[in-house]
This record gives sequence, C-alpha cells and structure tokens, in this order.
Amino acid sequence: MLISVLLGFIFPILLLLINKRLKEKLSVFYGLLPLGLFLYFVTRLPIINSGEIIAVSTPWIPSLGLEFSWRLDGLSLLFSLLITGIGTLIFFFSSSYLKGHHYIDRFYSYLSMFMAAMLGVVLADNLLLLFIFWELTSITSFFLIGFNNDKKESRKSAIIALSITGGGGFFLMAGFVLMGHIGKSFSIQDLSLLSYNIKHHDLYWLVLLFVFAGAFTKSAQFPFHFWLPGAMKAPTPVSGYLHSATMVKAGVYLLARLTPVLGNHDYWNITLMIVGGVTMLYSSYHSLYRTDLKGVLAYSTIAALGILVFLTGIGTEHALLAVSVFILVHALYKAALFLIVGIIDHETGTRDITQLSGLKEKLPFVGIAGLLAAFSSAGIPLTFGFIGKDLIYESTLHLGGLLGIGLTALAVITNIFVVYAGFMAGIKPFMGKLPKRLEHIHMPPASMWTPPLILGILGLLYGLLPAIPGQGLLRFTATAIQGYSIDIPLKIWHGFNIVLLLSAATIAGGTLLFFVLKPSHGHLERLERYSAVSPQQIILKFARGTEKLATWYTGFMHNGFLRNYVLTIMIFVVTILGYKLFTRVPIYINPTVLSDVTIYEVAVSIIIILSVIRTVTTSSRLSAVAALGVLGYGICLLYVFYSAPDLAMTQFTIDTLTVVLFVLVLFKLPPYLNFISRGVKIRDMTVSALFGGLIALIALQVLNEPVNEETSIFYAENSYVLAKGRNVVNVILVDFRGFDTMFEIVVLTIAALGVYSLLKLKIDITEKE
Amino acid sequence: MKSDILKTASDYLLPVLLLFSVFILLRGHYLPGGGFVGGLMASIAFVLHAFAHGMDNTLKFMKYHPAIFIPIGLLISLGSCIAPLILFDMPAMTGLWFDTPMPVIGLIGSALFFDIGVYLVVVGATLTMLFTISESTD
Repeated sequence: MLISVLLGFIFPILLLLINKRLKEKLSVFYGLLPLGLFLYFVTRLPIINSGEIIAVSTPWIPSLGLEFSWRLDGLSLLFSLLITGIGTLIFFFSSSYLKGHHYIDRFYSYLSMFMAAMLGVVLADNLLLLFIFWELTSITSFFLIGFNNDKKESRKSAIIALSITGGGGFFLMAGFVLMGHIGKSFSIQDLSLLSYNIKHHDLYWLVLLFVFAGAFTKSAQFPFHFWLPGAMKAPTPVSGYLHSATMVKAGVYLLARLTPVLGNHDYWNITLMIVGGVTMLYSSYHSLYRTDLKGVLAYSTIAALGILVFLTGIGTEHALLAVSVFILVHALYKAALFLIVGIIDHETGTRDITQLSGLKEKLPFVGIAGLLAAFSSAGIPLTFGFIGKDLIYESTLHLGGLLGIGLTALAVITNIFVVYAGFMAGIKPFMGKLPKRLEHIHMPPASMWTPPLILGILGLLYGLLPAIPGQGLLRFTATAIQGYSIDIPLKIWHGFNIVLLLSAATIAGGTLLFFVLKPSHGHLERLERYSAVSPQQIILKFARGTEKLATWYTGFMHNGFLRNYVLTIMIFVVTILGYKLFTRVPIYINPTVLSDVTIYEVAVSIIIILSVIRTVTTSSRLSAVAALGVLGYGICLLYVFYSAPDLAMTQFTIDTLTVVLFVLVLFKLPPYLNFISRGVKIRDMTVSALFGGLIALIALQVLNEPVNEETSIFYAENSYVLAKGRNVVNVILVDFRGFDTMFEIVVLTIAALGVYSLLKLKIDITEKE
Repeated sequence: MKSDILKTASDYLLPVLLLFSVFILLRGHYLPGGGFVGGLMASIAFVLHAFAHGMDNTLKFMKYHPAIFIPIGLLISLGSCIAPLILFDMPAMTGLWFDTPMPVIGLIGSALFFDIGVYLVVVGATLTMLFTISESTD
C-alpha cells in the first residue's frame, strides 16, 4: 500500500524527465496511473467484502511513534475507490479540457500529488501519518485552486483556502497530539480500544474542539464554508475532483474514522448535529441565489457536506449507513455535474445560468448525463439518490419525538433546495430554446462527455440494483464507522410509508421551486446587503488585522539596520540570562579552581584590550577592521594556550577571511563620517559592557558546577576504536555527528547561493534601470 | 595592489598553499586539521592570488567558477553517507574502511571522502561569496 500512495509522488518526478512536446502528446495516457490504482483497489474488494481488514506496517521513525501503518477497511476502501475512480475520469477529462494549455504538465503533477495525498489520508492508521498527508492535501490543493496563477482572483482564493484549511490543520495537530498523549499511542486502531478512557478524560472537550476545528475547516462547515465557493476559481475538473470525492470529504472522512474513538458522546453528537444542520440549511438556501453554475454546485456541495456531518452526529446505525450511502451518491452525481458544467463552460464560454438554455440539441450525451445526475441528486425513484435520501429521512425519523420531527423537517427543507440546485445545474441549461448566440457550438471529444455519462449511469445502476454496493462495500463502510457490524440491506422499495411520502414531497417541492423561481442577478444583489455580517467578512477582517499587526511588527523589529538587530539580540539575552542568573543562582566565584595566569596570557590579553580600544576609537574603517583582526588572532592564541588547536586553526583562517571580506567591501565606501551622538555611544557601551560582563560571570559560575565528563570520555575512548581516528574533534565532525556536518555544508551551500543570487539580482535591476 | 613582488610570490605560494591545505585535510583524522580548515586555507590561497593578480585573472586561472565545487562536494559527502546503505545494506553513515593502509595518507575510509566533500563545499561556498561580494562592489 505504501507503493500505491507513493506512486502519485513519483509520477511528477518522472514527468520532469520528459520533453515538453512529448508531455502534451502523452497527456491522454496519464490517466493510466489512477486507473491502475483503481484496479488495484478493485481487486481488494473481495477481501473487504468477506469482512476482513488489510493492515500493513513499516517502521519509519519508531522513536517518535511514527510508522507507515496502513489499514484498509470498508471506509478506506470506499474512499480509495472514489479517489482513484473519479481521479481516473478527471485525468482523462482534463487531457481534453486543458488541451494545449501551457502548463499541462504542472497540472498533472499537482493533480497526481493531490491524489496520492488523499490516498494517504484515507489509508493511514497512524494519526501522525494521517496528519502529514492531511497537510499535503492542503498544500497540493492550494496549487490546484491557484492553477490560473495569472489571475488575481485565483491567487486570492487559493490563499484563502490554504489559510482556512491550514489553520484548521494546526488545530488538528494539537488535537492529535493530545489524543496521542491521552491514549499513549498514535494508532487509530489502538485508540479506538481506549475509547472509553478518552471520552472520560478531563481534556476530552479540548480534543473535540481541536479535531472539530480541523474537520470543519476542511469540510467547509459553517462558519468556515466560504473558502469553498472561492475555490471555484480553479479549473472545473479540479473543482469536480476536490469537491465531489476528495479534499472536502477529508473532513467527513476524519469524523467518520474517529467515530469509534471519540463518538457516541453527547458533546460529539450534539455539536455535529448543530453545525451540520446549520451548514446544510444555510448553504442549500444560498444555492438558490446563485447564477453562476459553479456557484450553485459549490453551495449545494457545502449542503451535502452539512448533511454528512449532521448524519454522523445522529450516530445511529441507520444514520451511519446513510453516511456511507450518501458519500457514494454525492460523489457520483456531484462529480458528474461539475464535469457537465465544465463541458458547458468549455463549449459556450459562459457559466451564467441566465444565458444558457436548449443545449440538448447540441450536446445530447452531455444532456443525458446531466439528467441522470440531476435525478440522482433529486432522489427520483430508481436512482441511487433515492435510496440515499430515504436513509436520511429514516435516520431522522428513527430518533422519534419532537427532535425527530424537527430534524426531519430540517432535512426535508434542505433536500428541497438540493433538488432545485441539481435541476439548475443538470437540466436547466439543456431545456428550452437554443439562443442564436450558441448555435455554433459542437460536441466535445468523447474523453470529455464519457466521464459524466459513466458517473450518471452508475448512479442509475446502483439505484436499480442497490444490493451490489449495499451488501458489500457500503455495509462494511458503515461497520467501520460504527465499530461493530451493521447489516441493514438497501432496498428500492420500502412500501407505502411516511418516508416515501416525504420523498415525494421533497421532489414535488424542489420541482415546484424549479419552475417558479427564475434565476436572476437581482436575487444575489439583495443577498449581498447582508454581506457585512457574513462569516466571510468577519474572518477576512480578522485576517487583515493580523496582516496589519505583522506589518507593524516587522517594520519595528526588522528595520534593516544590522546594528539594531545585534542590539536587540544582546538586550534580550542580557535580560533573560541576567534574570535567571541573579534570581536562581547563588553568585559565588571560587578562586581555587582558577588556573594560574602565565606571562603569555597576560601579554595576549593586553594586545586584545589595546586592539579593542583601537577599534572603537579609530576614525578609519580599515584600521578598525585590522584591529578587529588582531583581536581575533589574540583569541586564537588563547585557544592554542588552552590546547584547542583545531579550534585555533579554524578561527585563524576565518578571521583572515573576515578581514579580507571587510576590506573588499569597506574599501569602496566613502570616507568615514561620525554620525553617532554621545547618547548612542553611552547606550552601546552600557549594553556591550553588560553583555560581556554577564558572559564572563556565567563562565566563572560554570566552574562551580560539577562537570559531567561522560560525553568527553566516551568520545576519547571510542574515537579510535569505533572510527579509527585519533583526532577526536575531527572524528566527531565526520563520523559521530556526521549528519550534523552534512546539514552544515548544506546550510553553507544555501548561504553561498543566497549571497550569489541576492547580489546578482541587484545588479540586474540596476542594469534594467 | 599591483605589486610585482606580491604577484611573483603568490604564483609560487598558490601551489604550496593548496598542497598544504590538502595535507591539512588528509591528516585531519589523526592530528589537528580536517576538511573545514583545509577548505578555508585553500580559499585563502586563492584570495591571495586574487589580491595579487585581480579577481578576473584568478577566475580565468581557475577555469571553472568556484560555485561548481559546491554540488560536487555535496555529492561526494552525500555519497559517502549513503554508500553503506546502498552497497552493504548497513545504516547510513556507517564507517567503511579499506583493510590496508596507503603510504603517506594512512587508512582510507568513507570518513575521508566525507571530509573531501566538506573541503570542496567550503572552498566553493567561501570563494563564491567572496568573489560575488567583491564583484558587486566594483
């Protein structure tokens, strides 16, 4: 399974190696990657359907409790199949949709990395591993949403999406760490066994808060929903992929996955019901006002996510089965609708609902796909959506009492709006008379209209034969969410009962709304009057405030003067160290431990002091630098006296090079002018005297402490035995702590590149001017 | 600084200093020295040459831009890090040693190659920085 996840990350690297023109020609074949993965997961179906679970684990960083542990159960397999299956269709669709696009290779790289990250999220059994992939989905989707990076809008919505989901990820990490702390394990499997302890821990509410913050931001729940409509700036196949089966479902997946660990507690159920309920009503109502087809779909997607969260919150067997079914239902019809909108946009150049009608003559197959998808989303009998909707009503009705009736009403109203949204996107553009303006359009290539058609037909097929998914995968999905076996068969016909009545009412209501309510731009304007109090504005205001604070802070602390940086650092160090030293440590200098002073040391010290005086009093830069060099050499001599030849050699060469560097730069500067006032001089003198005095005091204090010689003895004893070297310093550098050195030379490289690029860049700018 | 004495002296000093820096590099495992100090010394040798002849001439004399040493050095170091992992399936950075010592140098092991990498990176990075800075002040 590790390979199946990694393939998506290896693919972009392979793409790098192919020549640009070949990349375009080959783009049709890129779909073979998700197709292969899809087939792989299909072959796992019989295993899962027999009730088994596949678990594989490879150690990664055992000391941190981090391992590549994968677990394939019903829930993961459902998601894996959706991710790779819809991924395959999206891959093929995009090869035509983005034909001739300049950055098509980039697009496929982002897409395959995103797919791999999603697979990682749903397959991981280790919370930390899951979190890594969770963050990777945020990052890769950032690139996908901002794919049209020459448009300001696109960049803005990508940043909003990243900050909302990334911010949520931050909380999620805290939640995971807390869970790991309480349960002493990061394995979801282990944690679900400890469910009782976690739910009765004092910090349970905090874990919930953090996990919810992560899941709600990712799954666009109210009040964080607004990044999702913004993300519609992405190319349509991306929206179709991100919002039907993957990115936004990750939050739902997480909630479902953690239900056995955290669920079945009042806090969990009630919060999810409230948040999901508010989200589904709010956004399904909003979808009525949209005229942009993708806007309609965006809001109905949020509504669907709200329904899923709501059902997870109800948490009964029926509700969890409804979650499993509705995930599949929604993925099938929503991906189809997005692709259809993509085709319409691609062929007609507009997504404005008021401009589109009568396309059935020109785009027949697309129309059929649209009809199927819209029917499934509306829950017309014989489609899979019908079964999904039935289960929703059944699970709310099962609650009984006033609560059951209230929640059922809520679900019915939401679903009426969803019916409307589905009809708007799937049927409206194809109905009526074809405007003159659109007479020139023609069918897109088969690779574009086949994917939505396949999805539509699947929606119908599963509706006619619900036992295929119902007795197999979906049953085990619900089982995985619930934690114990669920066996409720899916049926087309439940007989005449209240659920059927509600279904009929929903369809009738939605159809009525569809014929009565004509989309117009006016509705949207009316809605915008309230935008000042919308969550979007409030959160964006908060973001702008943060930005202002950051600008002010950066301006204050990073003012560009090196001397101020040094001053700040010194004052900080003196304050912190001084505070600790004088409040916690008895100051005592023991003269007996000090070694005798030799004549050489006195001589060198005098030289050092003289060169310091010269440095600060001279009126020439060059002589100041030379004096500093002398000071450095003096210190090297002290190293030699105290038998640290390696250190002395290095310091000696470094000092030489520093002086050379200074001379190179200072040589060109105009003559030295003294701008510094008396006050500044006194300030600097005080700070440096305090700093020097404090360090000296600490050095003397350290002598009072018993020295732990274990480390130095270890190195002295082992350097020849283990590493065949007699120079302990060198052996530490190249062997014992070799990794540190490796990274140090990398840092050195980065520094050299930094200097090179900064200075060269500057030269270029002046040349241009 | 166009002193003939310095020019002539630096012509002779450059090979001697470079040889010395290599000597420091090689003895590092047993006596004070090592790749880092060796690299810095080699850089100083070139800087001295640049002072006497002008930087352009030094660059010309070096034939390749010093920045080229950086990736080469990094690769050698990295190679010696992961060679045990790839060749012998041992943890990365395991010290590998030849059995028989070479004359003059002594025992040769992966640590030496690691140090040679450090040496090259230090030479490359130091000279790149110095040359770039002095170029930009012209």
